Amino acid sequence: MAKIEEYIPIVGQPIVDDLRLLGDKLKGKVVQHINSTPVGGGVAEILNRMVPMLRELGVDTKWDVIKGGEQFFEVTKKFHNALHGRTEEISRRDFEVFMETSQQNIEDVDTYGDIVFVHDPQPIALIKKKAGNKWLWRCHIDVSNPNEKVWGFLMDFIVKYDSAVFSAPAFSRKLPIRQFLISPSIDPLSDKNKELPEEIIDSVLRKYDIKKDKPIITQISRFDRLKDPVGVIEAYQKVKKYSDCQLILAGGTAEDDPEGFKVLGEVKEKAKDDPDVHILLLSQNDIEVNALQRASDVIIQKSLREGFGLTVSEALWKAKPVVASNVGGIPLQIKHKYSGLLCHSVEGASFAIKQLLNSPGYAKRLGENGREHIKNNFLITRHLRDYMLLFLSLYYPEDVVYLY
Amino acid sequence: MPELIKAKEPFTFRTRLHLSELTGLRATTLGQLLDIIRSVPGSCIYHHTHRFLQQHQYLSPEPPNDFAYWVTDILGEDELGEMLVSIDTMQYSAIRDLREKIASTIENYLKDNPLAKLKFARSGEEFHFIKSVSFVLSTNYIAHDLNEFAQILKKVTIDSIYFHIFEARLRLEKQTNDFSYWIENSLGDKELAGKISGFDPYTHALEDLRNKLVRMIERKIAG
Repeated sequence: MAKIEEYIPIVGQPIVDDLRLLGDKLKGKVVQHINSTPVGGGVAEILNRMVPMLRELGVDTKWDVIKGGEQFFEVTKKFHNALHGRTEEISRRDFEVFMETSQQNIEDVDTYGDIVFVHDPQPIALIKKKAGNKWLWRCHIDVSNPNEKVWGFLMDFIVKYDSAVFSAPAFSRKLPIRQFLISPSIDPLSDKNKELPEEIIDSVLRKYDIKKDKPIITQISRFDRLKDPVGVIEAYQKVKKYSDCQLILAGGTAEDDPEGFKVLGEVKEKAKDDPDVHILLLSQNDIEVNALQRASDVIIQKSLREGFGLTVSEALWKAKPVVASNVGGIPLQIKHKYSGLLCHSVEGASFAIKQLLNSPGYAKRLGENGREHIKNNFLITRHLRDYMLLFLSLYYPEDVVYLY
Repeated sequence: MPELIKAKEPFTFRTRLHLSELTGLRATTLGQLLDIIRSVPGSCIYHHTHRFLQQHQYLSPEPPNDFAYWVTDILGEDELGEMLVSIDTMQYSAIRDLREKIASTIENYLKDNPLAKLKFARSGEEFHFIKSVSFVLSTNYIAHDLNEFAQILKKVTIDSIYFHIFEARLRLEKQTNDFSYWIENSLGDKELAGKISGFDPYTHALEDLRNKLVRMIERKIAG
């Protein structure tokens, strides 16, 4: 795990100085994070990095996890899908299961923090324990078009919190409590984003039998319909008529996701036997993802929906020109024609890819602008700063807060 | 090199960090945009007219405010977008005046172009109103003379420069910026103070602004 000092060469001393100033202002407060799992999933990944860094900055940070059985997590998975706008049958029994486990956690979990920071819907009912302390609810899900039954059920809990936090403006609703916009972040020193020597990049290409003899277009994503891998192939095929190029579609294994294998089959079918389409089923291997992104000429993220779409930040951090759909948190990361190109269709994506392949100077400029944008707005140091400001906001209701 | 004057009062560099607060308010049409612009808190207008300076500082010296961007890129009303982007932010030392200018620009445009009322943003492309919550903190950087001032100016965060130049002037309704105020009142250098307050900070990208300030001060030190 990287130390705060190691970020100074990347973001500069004054940014780290600011973090320390904020840490000082939170001395004496205990911040208690609560989520549903210590490993696996995006929330645990973020907390595993942020908790030690907050401690290093002097913020007394704890992390507790609720308990739940298989039935409970089946229900919360249904909630998750329904909040993402998918059609789900949710029965009265499902809500009962949720409340039974929640009641057990209300009895078992000690909410000792001065600030209790609850992540996602699973532990949301703990708010019933609210005493004199401050409570935050962090929603990591795209709730721009949620199933109203589930959202209505959660709303009874949400309104009891002091503040809520969302990742994109489109996810917010009119709420009777304060709500803040805090985007997720990437860690520039993690295996997925750190600088890599050319030999490693080359060895990964060799491993997958990819030659550097023609431009590489890449999408890194799970094989999931919402990531539209078939659409990516269609866009590539349109480009290929005019510019010789190759396509990499690389994503994690889908062992627990039967639909994933189906999608993978459709993707292979679509690619037929084109030797320039490389479909790679990667096991969790961040270095390989990093290498493939760095070896690419254009990165694409043609999702139909996206929680936030941090793969875009990963690509831009490597100064790669990106073509991505205008969904979820992607427009926060890309300003069209400034730091990448946004698209709404297969045709739009292929046109944008052609533009980038034919104008390397323009592509380079977009990539460089993109890297600078990520440096200023989507690195873990900004995320730490926002979290500490969020904690402070609980004690200061004003729009301008003087802390000197 | 002339001897440097010690300041009557040292200059403590402060930094201003902001947190984005969501209002849940969104506009789909120009009419809705106008209504909401008229009713949201000043910190909301501030956010949408100044955010670009910090978040997109490398792109262009021009501050393409969020309203102009949305009107042009989402609604396709280029002419109104141009009018909004060319509003001279420097002229307004109070947010309420800037708000009025933006609102009346949209209102007049709608009178002249009634068809523009019919344009609406696609789902997912609405204008979301956000406000800036500012936290002002003292840094550990303190200048006692112009030389120390220039050295610190080279290394403080963009947020700090932003606070002393923009935030102090516009949002807090000070007539000048903090740098000019200190140079005039604590160092007695009216000429340098005037030069610094005389140029339009909104037409410089923030890093250029820093470099220009440093050059101006170093020239002064060199005599």
